[in-house]
Amino acid sequence: MSAGSGMDFRGLVTPEDGRPRLPGSLHTNRRLSQWITFHADGRVTIRPGKVELGQGILTALAQIAADELDVSLARIGVQTAATPDSPNEGVTSGSLSVQDCGSALRHACANARAIHLQVAAQKTGVPLEALRVEDGTFFGPAGPVGSYWAQADDALLECAASPEVKAKPPSARRIAGTSAPRLDLPDKVFGAARFVHDLRLPGMLHARVVRPPARGARLVELREGGPPLPGGARVVRDGSFLAVVAAAEHDAEAAAARLAARVRWEEADTLPDERALADWLREAPHEDSVVIERAADDVALAGQTVRTCFFRPPVAHASVGTCCAVARWSGGTLEVWTHSQGVYNLRTDLAKVLRIAPERILVRHVEGAGCYGHNGADDVALDAALVARAVPDQPVRVLWSRAEELGWSPFSSAMLVEVEATADAAGNLVSWRCEIISNGHSSRPGRMQDPTLLSGAYVEGGVPVPPSINPPIAGGGGAQRNAIPLYRIPNLRIGLRRLTVMPLRTSALRGLGAPVNVWAIESTMDELAAHAGADPVEFRLRHLDDPRAAEVLRAAAEMAGWAGRARREGVGMGVGFARYKNASAWCAVVAEIAAEATVRATRLWIAADVGEAINPDGVANQLEGGAIHGVSMALKEAVRFDRRRVTSDSWETYPILRFSEVPVVQTRLIQRPDQPPLGAGECALAPSVAAIAGAIRDALGVRVRAMPFTPETIAAAMDAA
Amino acid sequence: MTTRFTLNGTAVSVDLPGEVSLLHALRGPLGLSGPRYGCGAEQCGTCMVLVEGTPRYACTLALDAVEGKAVRTVEGLGTPEAPHPLQAAFLAEQAGQCGFCLPGILVSAAALLDRDPDPDDAAIRAALDPHLCRCGSHNRIIRAVRRAARAMREGRAAA
Ligand code: FES
Ligand code: FES
Repeated sequence: MSAGSGMDFRGLVTPEDGRPRLPGSLHTNRRLSQWITFHADGRVTIRPGKVELGQGILTALAQIAADELDVSLARIGVQTAATPDSPNEGVTSGSLSVQDCGSALRHACANARAIHLQVAAQKTGVPLEALRVEDGTFFGPAGPVGSYWAQADDALLECAASPEVKAKPPSARRIAGTSAPRLDLPDKVFGAARFVHDLRLPGMLHARVVRPPARGARLVELREGGPPLPGGARVVRDGSFLAVVAAAEHDAEAAAARLAARVRWEEADTLPDERALADWLREAPHEDSVVIERAADDVALAGQTVRTCFFRPPVAHASVGTCCAVARWSGGTLEVWTHSQGVYNLRTDLAKVLRIAPERILVRHVEGAGCYGHNGADDVALDAALVARAVPDQPVRVLWSRAEELGWSPFSSAMLVEVEATADAAGNLVSWRCEIISNGHSSRPGRMQDPTLLSGAYVEGGVPVPPSINPPIAGGGGAQRNAIPLYRIPNLRIGLRRLTVMPLRTSALRGLGAPVNVWAIESTMDELAAHAGADPVEFRLRHLDDPRAAEVLRAAAEMAGWAGRARREGVGMGVGFARYKNASAWCAVVAEIAAEATVRATRLWIAADVGEAINPDGVANQLEGGAIHGVSMALKEAVRFDRRRVTSDSWETYPILRFSEVPVVQTRLIQRPDQPPLGAGECALAPSVAAIAGAIRDALGVRVRAMPFTPETIAAAMDAA
Repeated sequence: MTTRFTLNGTAVSVDLPGEVSLLHALRGPLGLSGPRYGCGAEQCGTCMVLVEGTPRYACTLALDAVEGKAVRTVEGLGTPEAPHPLQAAFLAEQAGQCGFCLPGILVSAAALLDRDPDPDDAAIRAALDPHLCRCGSHNRIIRAVRRAARAMREGRAAA
């Protein structure tokens, strides 16, 4: 697949660079002191390059470190990522945090422990084998002989990690593998100032951006005169980027509304016709590539063939909090406080738009509201930097409005997936052809030649955000993520058509292409099972060689009482399965729906295998959250637009699942402490979408072909049947 | 213009135009962080506060409407040292992920338990329906509210 040239997918694909292989991101950030510091007062600071997105990663990482160092969890402090000192771990995405960062940290801590014990052995004459660590204190046969804290100032970690040191065996872990409470949750239930939104720096000003009324519109006139802006608000303009800044937030908000009425924009139709979006996808300029192609000659291609086309409109991140950032320029240096997923990546693109050296920019991570992929966090950081440049030495906080959040963040691309699958007379799959049409699923900053920050296209001399790309399949893929069925299929061909125009900016959102691809696969499997007169679960198991896949499928079916389920009027059950990215966590979901005026998801049963679960309760929380996100996407979500603008820019026009609509969820984790840990945040989403589609077919006898599964799309599928 | 009211049990006064939203006053001069902007249009509940015990959207409520009234935010429910049973229960159930939605949900839940000490799931869902949670913590939140209700009925502070 073509990913373009000069792409930096750091964290997705580990470089082969001839150096001895170290686990995860330790390979490219080898110095131990970058990761760990012991303090004389009995504390440890760990410095992960991955960031908290609401997924509980800080807690899991602290657990890993505490275990490997033999110190209590309470001694561990986590310093959040910031340039230039944090390890560069690329972006916190793709459910890779525990894999990349956890394994790196575990190995770094094992190294740190070994080095400290060696030094203690030398100092005290106690043989290394006779030393043990208890909560940071070193014990010899005769009692305590030293501690990390006593050796804290000795700069022992100013060296590279060694591949030789071995981390503890799983059986020796005491803290990793337990459901330690989230470190960040107390702040959140007491309303403490923890989010970037809550940052209050001395002299901080508040700004709001005045967005154009249409995509790509140019600012042609800013009418002077009229009453002065409230609160002495000041206008900041750079090309077609327009903002107001004031001392008080309510004044900035009021001034933005006032200013918007004084602007004349030049607008044009730039968006496709929403009602014919599927046709547009088929006809838009594109490049083709082959994801996989394999053929077996000795199988009969005769049999039952099913052909289906699956469509999903673009969907939005729809975080409950809007994007926010604080920036300050002083003496040619820019400081940025951001909830970006990748502080180094953001720095790269900020430097490009602002035309300064990256070394002159300090980017600090501060938590934001729930992040489900590449949202507007990076964009708003540029907005803050642009405004702050006009008011040197004063910190400026920019908060996006709900309309900006839902209307201007990157979306997950609309997708069209066509599947043609054939089973032989015995009901065994013999061939599978699939064609995916989609915009790319990544336009994260720091990876392309041109910057990808929203306002970068609007400043004087700005360039449009380049069309999104797809990470290579070895890095999990983008539009093609999870398009290769895990089922045994002799003849297989999957083509990928990436659009080379991008009227609506698209990027990574939870699962990337997986929700559509898995829905397409599982739906097709259901259809073939029906033709073969087989039970959907049994039909899947028949085509699975992977025992861990079979186990989650059986577990979910058992939890749901699948085998003994009774037919009930208006109620349906469906099943969905995937191994996320075909290389990460295994997850199977059984969904129960009630088909009333609308379809309601009533219950979900989720079984997952994430290898070693560092924090089982945290994993359950993530599985449930991902599944509910999937239900919401399946039943409700669609970005709406006319030829110029996104019209679904409020919660009324972009509804998500509410308390009254949320299914009851049961999760089961298949524990494998001896297996590598795998991320849990995304694996349940796609199978949940698929399971709901299956349940709709079960209840209504209709195969839905377009998301979201609303009365309209269900009626359309009935008409087509 | 000065508006005087009681905030979490303490008398406060704010010098802001009366039509400015209560949310701006709470987050601005009054320095709170719990009530949050999510939409500014009564559609998400992240700004929810209690005015005389009733959940109100602080994003659209004009400051002068709370003159002389009692306003309670999540900060007024409890502290880490003396948590409200709801806060203790949310921690016990680990009910939350990013936590951005929680301050609003907690005050709505507190109002619910004030008027109904033993709500069933349907009543909890109905009381929390004005609130959005994108992280999908709903079921844990419902469990936590039930747990807090139990603790309060049994006269226990914590979970
Ligand atoms: S901010 Fe008040 S309801 Fe959304
Ligand atoms: S916990 Fe993130 S929105 Fe509710």
